[in-house]
Amino acid sequence: MSIWSESTQSRAKEILAKYPEKRSAVMPLLYLAMAEDGWLTIEGMTEVAEWVGITPAQVQSVASFYTMYKREPTGKYLVSLCTSISCMLLGSDDVLHAIEDESGVPHGETDDEGVISVEHAECIGACGGAVACQVNYELIEGLTPEKGRELVRWLKKARPDAVNTDEMQELFGGRRSFDWAIQSDVGAAGPYPAFEPYGTATEDAK
Amino acid sequence: MSYPKVLTKRMEDHPADSHTIERYAATGGYAQAKAALDMTRDELVDIVKASGLLGRGGAAFSTGLKWSFLAPARPAYLVVNGDESEPGTFKDRQLLERDPHQMLEGVIITAIANEVHHAFVYIRGEYPKPARRLQRAVDEAYAEGYFGKGIFGSDYDLDVTVHLGGGAYICGEETALINSLEGQRGEPRLKPPYFPAAKGLYMMPTIVNNVETMANLPHILDMGVEAYKALGHGDDTGTFLTSLSGHVNNPGNYELPHGITWRELIYEVGGGIPGDRELKMWIPGGASAPWFNPEDHLDLPITKGDTGQAGSMLGSGAVVVMNDTTCVVKAAERVVRFFSHESCGQCTPCREGTTWLEMILRRIEAGQGRPIDADLLLDVSDNISVGLAWPPRQTTICPLGPSAVSPITSIMRHFKDEVMAHITEGACPFAKTEVPA
Ligand SMILES: Cc1cc2nc3c(=O)[nH]c(=O)nc-3n(C[C@H](O)[C@H](O)[C@H](O)COP(=O)(O)O)c2cc1C
Ligand code: SF4
Ligand code: FES
Repeated sequence: MSIWSESTQSRAKEILAKYPEKRSAVMPLLYLAMAEDGWLTIEGMTEVAEWVGITPAQVQSVASFYTMYKREPTGKYLVSLCTSISCMLLGSDDVLHAIEDESGVPHGETDDEGVISVEHAECIGACGGAVACQVNYELIEGLTPEKGRELVRWLKKARPDAVNTDEMQELFGGRRSFDWAIQSDVGAAGPYPAFEPYGTATEDAK
Repeated sequence: MSYPKVLTKRMEDHPADSHTIERYAATGGYAQAKAALDMTRDELVDIVKASGLLGRGGAAFSTGLKWSFLAPARPAYLVVNGDESEPGTFKDRQLLERDPHQMLEGVIITAIANEVHHAFVYIRGEYPKPARRLQRAVDEAYAEGYFGKGIFGSDYDLDVTVHLGGGAYICGEETALINSLEGQRGEPRLKPPYFPAAKGLYMMPTIVNNVETMANLPHILDMGVEAYKALGHGDDTGTFLTSLSGHVNNPGNYELPHGITWRELIYEVGGGIPGDRELKMWIPGGASAPWFNPEDHLDLPITKGDTGQAGSMLGSGAVVVMNDTTCVVKAAERVVRFFSHESCGQCTPCREGTTWLEMILRRIEAGQGRPIDADLLLDVSDNISVGLAWPPRQTTICPLGPSAVSPITSIMRHFKDEVMAHITEGACPFAKTEVPA
């Protein structure tokens, strides 16, 4: 008996069908498990093990290798601020301090209400738009300390069901790595990447 | 100065819809994939070899030659490397977001050339938006019959699966990428076999190529080998994408011909340094590359050969510019911290060495460095990459360990006085890196 909802189970079947060998579906299924529970629970990992036919210990070993599989409760909004070289040169450390200060959440932690988690990240591929930040892996480019504070206040107050990259860029962003040109019509509802085949993307975010 | 655009032409001419299949079709798209179906494997491999195309993922290895190594066992697989995580690099992101069909046409051509019927595109987990764009393009292409059973009405079947990573730089290394795609920990595999083309995904022959490499293929078939070579400069054929960031007025991705100088790149394309500050140094090819400085390198042409002879590499095409307010110790600490964080931990010199280097740089930056720390940095580096030579000697399973040595040799060779000043003065001489407005 699966602990997953019907819709998650049918997703899992679709995902398995995309790989020649079941085990290759471990990573996508771990995202499904996170979307079910909000973070990666032991039960979630055991369920993934059942689906792909390996042991729970093997799944845990895989999950622990990657930074994006959060094996502890994480806030509804995961704020990841890049502090790698290009962003550091443009003042990322000040932006990080502003975000930590405004949210009261230091790097690697979550606030008491489970709303915001803060982490500093290594390069997220937006160096031309330094300082770069992601909320639930949706991008904001050209962040400043002041805009970082505004972002935190907005997340706490507005508490959107899902965050949309264009909306956040409009509200808090600045210079971009390149012209984004095309709007994104999906939102990210939790600390995992919003990707339609994994059922983790929320439609019509705005 | 404006340069000819090939890979970025569609997105520049048609910003609103360069990502759609309608626009792609209206600008000649998928004709080359269809044409490839009527060509033999040997013909396709020979064309790509003759084009001189070098892989754009960092190692600059001949794509045609790599394809020719494909072992005879079947099924063979294609894995496109979209893990783009080398600090400073954001070009594949733009190719995926703004012109996904161009890349997908390259996938079809590569699949046909290598008798592949199932291709994977591995995209870093922090790129959900590029992955969504690509997935929509994949869905459009399936609906047109460009993927699936009997592509373009032929009897050739081809599937493509978009796969998201989990946030681990090391998965960009091709054998780690393959392990990750198999559902294993993303640890690089012991060599030999040196090429996944011998044994790769599920221990079958596998071609691993970068996103930008894929994007070049339709153009090579379309314009022909001679025209493609003429875009470049000697052995560096075609155009290349560079991601420019740091202290420049115009950061961004630029499609350029090889052979222009660093001065042109930084001062003309990049518009110079904000506030007309002095250029202090720059990283010429991603975080793994040894740094360049204006006295020695500003007028060198940007080619694989010239950059290699000067002791660095073009790598992933990422150029990070630093002005005279940048503290070299802090800059090195950031780059070393990255490698320390991303080390997979299999090899002792890499796992322990990067941790030590990061710690020593931290204490020097904090003003707590000891006089022997400068030598210690070099000594630890020497344990990771014996002789501190270029190209680096490798004692480890993959090149990540030796990459962490690049910032150390860069600052110790050219800015030793500044490193020592931290130690003798017991403080960083730059109170704070100035943030340009
Ligand atoms: C530590 C490490 C990280 C790498 N990261 C990437 C990457 O993010 N993207 C990429 O295309 N190649 C990366 N590479 C290079 C790949 O191993 C491989 O050479 C490349 O994908 C082959 O494609 P190409 O020949 O088209 O360049 C990395 C290599 C190493 C050693
Ligand atoms: S060199 Fe470092 S990253 Fe590469 S395999 Fe060894 S420990 Fe892992
Ligand atoms: S260094 Fe911050 S996004 Fe690349």
